[in-house]
Parts: sequence; structure tokens; C-alpha cells
Amino acid sequence: MGILVGKDTRLVVQGITGREGSSHARQMLDYGTPLVAGVTPGRGGSTFEGKVPVFDSVAEAVEKEGVNTSIIYVPPPFAGDAIVESAAAGIALVICITEGVPVLDTSRAIKYINEKGGTRLIGPNCPGVMTPGEAKVGIMPASIFQRGNVGVVSRSGTLTYEVVDLVTKAGLGVSTCVGIGGDPIIGTTFVDILKMFADDEQTEAVLMIGEIGGTDEETAAAYIKAEFKKPIFGFISGRSAPPGKRMGHAGAIISGTMGTPEAKMAAFKDAGVPVADTLADMVQLAKNR
Amino acid sequence: MKLYEFQAKELFAGAGIPIPRGTMVTDADGAAEAARDLGRCVVKAQAHAGGRGKAGFIKLAETPEEAKQYSAGMLGQTFKGFVITRLLIEEAVDVAAEYYLAITMDRASKSPVMICSAAGGVDIEDVSASTPEKIVNLPVDVAFGPFDYELRDLSERAALDPKASRQFVDVAKKLYRTFVDSDASLAEINPLMILKDGRMIAADAKFDVDDNALFRHQDLLQYKEEAEEDPIEAEAHRQDVTYVRLGGDIGILGNGAGIVMGTLDMVTREGGRPANFLDIGGGASAAKVKQSLDIILMDPNVKGILINVFGGITRGDEVAKGVIEATSGMDLKVPIVVRMAGTRAEEGLKLLEGSKLVPEPDPILAARKVIALSKGA
Repeated sequence: MGILVGKDTRLVVQGITGREGSSHARQMLDYGTPLVAGVTPGRGGSTFEGKVPVFDSVAEAVEKEGVNTSIIYVPPPFAGDAIVESAAAGIALVICITEGVPVLDTSRAIKYINEKGGTRLIGPNCPGVMTPGEAKVGIMPASIFQRGNVGVVSRSGTLTYEVVDLVTKAGLGVSTCVGIGGDPIIGTTFVDILKMFADDEQTEAVLMIGEIGGTDEETAAAYIKAEFKKPIFGFISGRSAPPGKRMGHAGAIISGTMGTPEAKMAAFKDAGVPVADTLADMVQLAKNR
Repeated sequence: MKLYEFQAKELFAGAGIPIPRGTMVTDADGAAEAARDLGRCVVKAQAHAGGRGKAGFIKLAETPEEAKQYSAGMLGQTFKGFVITRLLIEEAVDVAAEYYLAITMDRASKSPVMICSAAGGVDIEDVSASTPEKIVNLPVDVAFGPFDYELRDLSERAALDPKASRQFVDVAKKLYRTFVDSDASLAEINPLMILKDGRMIAADAKFDVDDNALFRHQDLLQYKEEAEEDPIEAEAHRQDVTYVRLGGDIGILGNGAGIVMGTLDMVTREGGRPANFLDIGGGASAAKVKQSLDIILMDPNVKGILINVFGGITRGDEVAKGVIEATSGMDLKVPIVVRMAGTRAEEGLKLLEGSKLVPEPDPILAARKVIALSKGA
């Protein structure tokens, strides 16, 4: 089972002929991901790796190949439009890997998605989603993953790989790993993913890797306290970062006293979520649960 | 990218937001000359930090002589780590009320949000801590922008003077337009002043531009170099490298904000002091790694470097090639520990064997090693 991506995924890669897009498309195919179409405007009619048809638009890929999930590798100036194109074509799940998308572009794309309905956006600036043994829709190194019962959700990319590596080395495995993205505005937040893990039979425990800035972790803690029943373990990254260097002035006003690592750890503790000091400790807690 | 007050006010003036008459100067004689033109005036040191007034970096000058004297006293001084090289000389005004108005991107509503308070002129974070009910918000529909009725309501909820409502709506709409047109992450007016004659003006201005959007703002690039203060950060940003100086002695380089933050935490936890945050991002080439190392080594305090890479988009062998290339021609004075895992990490670590670099697959052991080596152990 797992969440978001799996055997029922029919994937289209937006930007399949670009450097990153083609390299990762190849890796996803190697993994056995149901990658059935690619899109690069102007390159319609060609094929990728001799077998995946390339179309000029996402709408065409939906019509001809029945794709239901898209992954975006297009450069930052075009990523916001690529998200909207997928949503307009009726794609249910859009995963935007691209880093460096202007925040207003993301905000507008999310506004469009919310008005139209029927589409979930993961990212931007994320490593993607992977359900080991079923589908890898992202840029994570597949070799470190084992199939299992631990759900992983994180705002970071590379830190997520560290955790997965530790999970595997501890003899555990992952149900689904979701990188929700490191941008200030993202399509899907911790709470959205936790609700899916709550309903997923394969997922028995969850590892949640938060970081400084914003209040998504605090919101998640409130949800966990109120209704999340599975064992969950937390980690907060960026605890040694000096205040003011990364967090905007007015952002701190909206958050009030929320947003600092101390506030996040306090919120987790209040919700009964053990917060580990290191990633290795967190994985150990999950193992000993 | 942060703009100085005088630059932000240039943008505001261009958008039709009323600002005080004033001139930016870089020496005390210029300040005196500006004061002769303006009359009674305020000397304001330009720095990317708040709390200037309390620290004596904003002063009221009655005469050109005073303006000159205060300017000479501020120029070259350091305020919160920023060396003062520019002053804004502005006409003194008769204040009736001081409000607060800002726009920023709100993570929760995923849209721009306007923030307003009748308690302006002071540090808004203090207001937020002591009387949060005095701060009101308006999430803005990013497809349409704020509507007049919403802004009138915002003004009413913030308990601004009803007589100022029309001016407030006008200023707020223009501020929103500037925010969107320049891809800002923050546009703040504090204080938004009501003068004794009833006029509303932006007496101070703070403006941060979303770095991700600079590619479509050639007009704002003129501010880019001037906006930097720390010379190493300035050089890093010129080269498009994400670098923040932190003041310690262990240089840190990683691929992704998360892993770099995690590495800072780890080094701190093991008793070391990180010198910097440096994220080479995804898909970094050999040339970019070399460039990053050169930037870290510009800091003379750096006594050791920890490179922490987990391969996803970034391949371990590429990073290894970059490190070897960067160090081969260098007379290396500091030890470099390289921790690598993930895509092509084994190939990367193999490439490093036999070099003067210290490969270490375990992240915590790598942190301990670089701390020990930096102390000459």
C-alpha cells in the first residue's frame, strides 16, 4: 500500500529531455516506476529511451496515456506554469522537484489548484515521494531503501536520505517516504501527510523531520495530540542556526513565539511526541517502540 | 536580497507612496548640504538591522552644523555588525500618530498577508509579545490583490484613525502593487505616520526581494552589490553560492539546506563552532565545489573543513572530483574531512583515497574528526 504513489501510479515527467529530467527519468524507469509519458514542448512525437512517448503538453499525455501523476524538473522560471498546466489537465498528484521557484509563482499555482480542486501538489523544492517496491517518483537514491512499515515525512531532501539509510541499517523498512519541500510555501504540509499515514494499513510508525522557520511542526503537533494514534518520533533540524539569519522579520510576527526550534520541540513534547537529539537516536526510538 | 531604507523609499516613491523629502549621502559635508536644503532634519544611518533609534543611529538635527556633527559621528561606526557608509538625511516632520503596515508571504494561508497595527513606531515584535491583539492580519487573494473594502475593514480592525482610512487604502494598495511587481518577500512601513496636517507618509521602509525571482528583475539588480555587508557573503552571492557566515572556525559544506543545517547541529553538539553555512545545492558540478571551497577559505578563522554530502541529485564522484581539483593546486593549510553517502558515494570515497583529504563514511565520527584535526590533534 503506502501513500500517494504505488502500483496505480501512471507517471508523466515534465522536462523529460532536460539534463536532470532525463537522468532521473532513467533512474525511475530502472526502478520499475510506471513511467509512461514525458512532456517537453516542441519535442512531441519523439520517444525517450526508445519506449516512453514524449508529448508537447500534459493534456496530450493525459489523453493518450492516461497519466495521473506528474513530476516536474523544468527550470525555476517555468515551474509555476508547469504546475498549473498539470492541474489544468486534471492530474491528481503533481510533484515539483524544482528548487528556486519564485514564491509568488508557487502561491499563484496553489491558488489555482485550490480553486479548481482535484489536484494535490507536493513541493516545490522537494526530493519527491517513494513507496519502496512499487514506485520511486523523485530523486532519492533507490539503493538505500527497504520496503517496510515506517512512514517518513520531512521538509529536507538530503536529511531524509540520512534517515532512510539509518532505517535500513537498523533492519527496518519504509512504507512511503515523502519530502514535502523546503520552500516557505509548499503544496502539502505535515498534517496532510500524517492524515494519509493514519489511514494507511502498511504504515505502523512515523518519523517526522522538521526544521526551523514557519509553524508547520506546531500545527502538526496539535493534530497529533488531538487524533493521531500511531507511534511517531520527531527531529528538529537547524537548532544551532543563529536567530534572524534565515527567518524573515514579518514572518516572526505572524508566528508570535512560534517558529523557533525551542517552540517546535516544546509543541512535540506537549503532544507526547518523543524528540530525538540525533537522527540515529530517532531511528533507534522507532526500532525500540 | 535586502534593500536599504533609501532604496526601498525610491521604490515606494516610484509607486506613488508618500515619503519624506530626503537625500542619501556618504559624507558629513554632504549631510550638511542636504540639511541646508531641508531645514530641521533627521540623520538616519543605513543598515540592514532594526533598533537604530535606541542605539543612537537616528538623530534629530536642528541645524546643518548638527547634521554634519551627527553624520561624522555615525559614519564608519559599526551597528549590529554593519559598518555605516551611507546616511539618509530627511526633513523632520510633526507626528500625530504612528502605525504599522507590512506585507509578507504567509506559510499558513500560502498567500501574501497584510499586517497592520495602530501601535507602530516601536519594535513590532515587542508589540506581538506584549499586546498581540493590537496586530491584525489580512490574507490577500493572490489572483486579485486586496479589495478596497477589505483594506477599510483592516484599518477598522487595527483601530486606525477613521479620518485616515482613505489614505490608508491608497497606500496599502500601492504597497501591495510594489510587493507583487518586485517579487518581495517583505515590504514593511514602520512607522506609517500621520502628520499633524493630516497627511500619511512612509517614515521608514524595509524591503526584501525573493532571491528566487531576481532573474526577472534586472531593475533591482543595481541594488544587489550594495546590499551586502560581510565581504565574504558579498563575494559568495556574486558567485551565486548560498553562504552565511557564522563566526566559528569549522568550515561546513553540504548539498542541501537540510543536510547543512544537520551538519551545523552535529558539529555544535560535538563541541565545535561552525564558521559558515554553505549549501552547494542539487546537481553541483566539480567547478562549483571548487568555488565553494575557495569561498569558505576566504575566512581566515577557518581551521578545518567538513564536507558532508549525501547523494541524490548530486553525485559523490562529482563532489570528490571537485574537492580534488579544488585542493590540488592549493597549499592546503587546513584539514578537510569528507563524509559521503548515497549516489556514487563509494566511487567518490575511492577517488579521495591517497589524497590529503580525510574520508569518513559516518557523519558523527566525521564531525569529531574535523574538530580534533582543527585543534591540531
